[in-house]
Amino acid sequence: MDLQTFLFWTVAIVTGLSAIAVVVTQNIVRSAAWLLVTLGGTAGVYFLLGADFVGATQLIIYVGGILILVVFGVMLTAQGPFISMKVGAAEWAIAMVVGIVLFVVLATTTMSATWPTTTEARMNNPETSMNSATLAGAFLGLREVTPKARMPIPPGDVPVVPMRTPVAYLLPFEIVSVHLLVVLIGAAYLARAKRRRGTVA
Amino acid sequence: MTPNPDGALTGYLLLGALLFVCGAVCMAMKRNAIGVLMGVELVLNGANVNFVAFARYNPTFEVEGQIFALFVIVMAAAEAAVALAIVLNFYNNHMTVDVDTAEELKG
Repeated sequence: MDLQTFLFWTVAIVTGLSAIAVVVTQNIVRSAAWLLVTLGGTAGVYFLLGADFVGATQLIIYVGGILILVVFGVMLTAQGPFISMKVGAAEWAIAMVVGIVLFVVLATTTMSATWPTTTEARMNNPETSMNSATLAGAFLGLREVTPKARMPIPPGDVPVVPMRTPVAYLLPFEIVSVHLLVVLIGAAYLARAKRRRGTVA
Repeated sequence: MTPNPDGALTGYLLLGALLFVCGAVCMAMKRNAIGVLMGVELVLNGANVNFVAFARYNPTFEVEGQIFALFVIVMAAAEAAVALAIVLNFYNNHMTVDVDTAEELKG
């Protein structure tokens, strides 16, 4: 077992166990703490997959932003009976059975399917491997990201000249950023402190 | 680097499936509205692990996988902000975060 495999299984086991702990724990505060471990472990998985930028974004936005929001929500609402809300034994058993069945279905499907895989040479070549620069290029349309252009040509087939139609992800990026702005304004409007008329605050 | 990329990909996909199942069960089972929100985060993370794993191991998705993962992260941020605003509003109006009591829209 080489280092990459060992690191993957270590991070994967930590991430998976903490994800299970998020579900199993009845206390909402502990659940939030386990979610921190899960999100951090997922960021580690991204780093192992060579996706530096996505891993850093995961750390900044998920661990630094969303989790803080969730913790604030827990702090504002976790009073008295809401810290640990008990679930009935029957519901618990049904949820476990459904979850295990769903996981078995997903796992067997995953194991039985085959996909085309990137060659080792392409993965290790700094020219073709993904890094932050190629990611930025894809956003700007500087890189050929039409999937058909990268499909391997079957032997004996006439090599087709790939169409030079770069697909830029700049417009979806702009749409997403405007969407985030609108959503944050809406959230601030929804969660604002309302002053009721006629009552003394 | 692992000698067998296919086996490595299967490990990542299994992790994604585990995160997805945990999130789905969390969404269905938790009575606390914020617990449901945590389940949504777990589901999105499971999908993201799959995206980034395919970006690594599948030649046709090596750019799109990471870009879609970034979009999913941004969408998750937006979703968390709105969902927490709704939960806090509900808490202000009803003094509870139990999702079973949110039945005003029931027909």
